[in-house]
Amino acid sequence: MTELLESHELALTEPATIEKVSIVISKGSLEGIYPGLIMANGARMEGIEADVFFTFFGLDAIRKGRFEKIKVATVGNPGLHMPTLIGAIPGFSWLVTRMMKRQMEKIDIPPIPEFIELVGDSGARLYACKATVDMFDLTMEDFVSQVEEIISVGEFYEKAAGGQIIFT
Amino acid sequence: MSTTLIADAPVEVDAEGFLLRTDEWNETVAQGIARANGIPELTDRHWLVVRFMRERFLETGTAPSIRSLGKESGVPIKELYQLFPKGPAKLAAKIGGIPKPKGCI
Repeated sequence: MTELLESHELALTEPATIEKVSIVISKGSLEGIYPGLIMANGARMEGIEADVFFTFFGLDAIRKGRFEKIKVATVGNPGLHMPTLIGAIPGFSWLVTRMMKRQMEKIDIPPIPEFIELVGDSGARLYACKATVDMFDLTMEDFVSQVEEIISVGEFYEKAAGGQIIFT
Repeated sequence: MSTTLIADAPVEVDAEGFLLRTDEWNETVAQGIARANGIPELTDRHWLVVRFMRERFLETGTAPSIRSLGKESGVPIKELYQLFPKGPAKLAAKIGGIPKPKGCI
């Protein structure tokens, strides 16, 4: 019992720290991509190692010609507190996206292309998911220069070893 | 909150070692904090970032984001992380004698 108490006290004196995170970005909407990028950037700012794995529609965040056109999902998004039919009106997604981008600029959150560059320059490693790349018939040519390589799920787990995995 | 000796000067710091009073800061204290945080010698490039952080905080009351640090300090993002591997904004703020940046970016 005393031993247990002592080891517990020891644990209390040295707070645990996170040394590495592996973040999965699996959605292609604006609100699906930003949280993962903010967490990756935030990790690097704390000196935490960060890998970002883009899969399924999350790949749009690193695709040339697409990553500057990411929109807020206005249909089937209860968080907007608007009837789904209104969300489906042509141009509505564009409008909501524009409003949200303006708000983000106000609090100094960069647009996605600039954010990808920032996260890449901060030393986070960006990877594309092989299964999705094969499914959509893509190659490295389709991705922005910050993307390091196309890797399988198995390779992702290998790289994630010893760290925390965050799925978004 | 506690008082500690940095480069032989008693200064008040918070639990993470950030100075509580910006007026207790000087270049010797900055060198002392840098050494204690894994930067043996502050180069001109380090100073550029540290001074930018400090001046911006004293002017506006908030520390600049990593984004504006990269855009406006004169030191690009990649180099910022080479200079301050354990987090440029946080460490430059600490060395500059200002509070830990609160923003998420």
